[in-house]
Amino acid sequence: MADLIPIKKVAGRPIPLRGNDVDTDRIIPARFMKAVTFEGMGRFAFYDVRFDAEGHSKGHIMDDPRFEAKGPRVAIVNKNFGCGSSREHAPQALLRWGIKAIVGESFADIFFGNCVALGIPCVSASEAKVAALMAAVEEDPAHDLVVDLETMTIAYRGKSYAIALPGGSRSQLLDGSWDATRSLLQGADAVRATAARLPYVAGFAKA
Amino acid sequence: MGKSLLDKVWQAHSVRELPSGQTQLFIGLHLIHEVTSPQAFQMMREQDLKVAFAQRTFATVDHIIPTDTRQRPYVDSQAEGMMSAIERNCREFGIRFFDGPSGHQGIVHVLGPELGLTQPGMTVACGDSHTSTHGALGAVAFGIGTSQVRDVLASQCLAIQRPRVRRIEIEGKLALGVYAKDVTLHIIRNLGVKGGVGFAYEYAGAVVEHMTMEERMTLCNMSIEGGARLGYVNPDQTTFDYVRGREFAPPAENFERAVAWWRSMASDPDAGYDDTVRLDGERIAPTVTWGINPGQAIGVDEKIPVADSFAPDDREVAEDAYEYMGFKPGAEIRGTRIDVAFIGSCTNGRISDLREAAKVARLGKVKPHVKALVVPGSEAVAKAAEAEGLPEVFRQAGFEWRLPGCSMCLAMNPDKLVGRQVCASSSNRNFKGRQGSPSGRTLLMSPAMVAAAAIEGAVADVRDMLGRK
Ligand code: SF4
Repeated sequence: MADLIPIKKVAGRPIPLRGNDVDTDRIIPARFMKAVTFEGMGRFAFYDVRFDAEGHSKGHIMDDPRFEAKGPRVAIVNKNFGCGSSREHAPQALLRWGIKAIVGESFADIFFGNCVALGIPCVSASEAKVAALMAAVEEDPAHDLVVDLETMTIAYRGKSYAIALPGGSRSQLLDGSWDATRSLLQGADAVRATAARLPYVAGFAKA
Repeated sequence: MGKSLLDKVWQAHSVRELPSGQTQLFIGLHLIHEVTSPQAFQMMREQDLKVAFAQRTFATVDHIIPTDTRQRPYVDSQAEGMMSAIERNCREFGIRFFDGPSGHQGIVHVLGPELGLTQPGMTVACGDSHTSTHGALGAVAFGIGTSQVRDVLASQCLAIQRPRVRRIEIEGKLALGVYAKDVTLHIIRNLGVKGGVGFAYEYAGAVVEHMTMEERMTLCNMSIEGGARLGYVNPDQTTFDYVRGREFAPPAENFERAVAWWRSMASDPDAGYDDTVRLDGERIAPTVTWGINPGQAIGVDEKIPVADSFAPDDREVAEDAYEYMGFKPGAEIRGTRIDVAFIGSCTNGRISDLREAAKVARLGKVKPHVKALVVPGSEAVAKAAEAEGLPEVFRQAGFEWRLPGCSMCLAMNPDKLVGRQVCASSSNRNFKGRQGSPSGRTLLMSPAMVAAAAIEGAVADVRDMLGRK
């Protein structure tokens, strides 16, 4: 089973991905999901937003040389990011493109949970802070943005911003239990006891 | 204070509190399909995990299958690869697979209720956001990601935070030509596509009480489009009558015991809610989307709203929608020319949906410039429709009658929009590119409204066809 990998701090070059209600169909169009692994998904992240029918770049920020960087990346987004389809292909595509953390105003429930399960913190900040951060990044993108889950702050170009993350997810990331399988398997006896208490598990047969 | 169904189901299925503070929740029914499960099985193999409760997981194939022929191997080799993968995974992990030859293949959310697998008071999970559909039976049903599919396979549990509950009461009576689809689009239009984030929606009120099970499924199906991960209706006599006698329902000798437990799981009359919203069912008109998310919806006789009418948060998305759709603010939606009409999906691909659409199809012929298809939600739906002669009705009117599957709802199979085609669709998402063409345009509406649009060749008011009084 996977080792516990605590995630306390993520540092990477920022990339603003503007817009409210960005759905997972946009993050990864369904036609790229015709595969039995997640490998190679990174190249299809935001495909139809980035490329025209002939595969030429439309000049999206992800392909803008100003925002090009090696190593881990931190995305900055607006409201309700990742709504729609539950496809884990969406965070997988972002992760494989290089995004290791996301800062945003708010996230859709399933997307948020999928990200935690992959060890990608989705931290939220107020509308004003996100706007300020996006502006600071667009002005000068060539610095690392640091997401610190211990102090619950992010830092960019000497400025620090308070962030929020629900307590359960924060502790999962901090103690490395974000890959939930291990903790769930530890409760195996309790699981059997719960199942035995549920009348439908035995088809409502007389006790 | 009493408890809501969500409180009771949560309590009954709580295994323990996890160190993270989340709940370890037992999952009574796990459904899987070919798109979101193969990577989960790959993780199972890599981590050397066994399936904990193999008899509580059921599989089907729906997203990728062609709807014209089921000849194997599929022409699309990637689709064939996904089909072979789920066949092999089910075989090796001992999971029951409802494939074509089983006679039960269908869209996963049509199948669960239809087979009696989904039952009141249960927890349900599936690697698919429209798992919220199963809440129609009074189940607590979550859409999950692939890593969580692995978790459920390995442990039959999810690590999850309890949502808050918003009760949505829809009072009054729906007018002729107004369906559950219109109710759900109306709700999302009013509460917004992010209004439900963090909430479970409990649907109630006279309109919901009078709905059939299939209408309740349409309603719960689209909870996720309003941001709510799940939606449910408290189980009542309609629910019990629906479940009785289905293949996986409790056997007759245990049925009354089951009903007693199901009743006990319904929300108490004095249950407390985190929020309550009341809507008037009389004021709901046949509703159509004009934009790129399901909240961008209007009554068919309204005009496309102008940017100023939106809250600041939604203005930019509205501007984006005008541009993508090529529609002008202030213009009529009625009369918008369509190229394709699609009747089907887990929202509206059940027998009652096909019956309502057939009533309209009997009244005319599909305009020659429109490609119209009807895709039943499952083989059982197809058989029921055949027994009533519906395929003939549709064919005579100029619709194509297809084999069951997700089809043009998300176009992972060969059914796709081309270029900027406009599609009147009974599905659930009008996202950019959703129906297979990166520039394709989707107008969501009820199946009867889709049939009306097919016959008019343009967005029409089904009430006119059904004889508005
Ligand atoms: S019909 Fe559409 S929404 Fe429903 S499961 Fe299939 S692809 Fe998903």
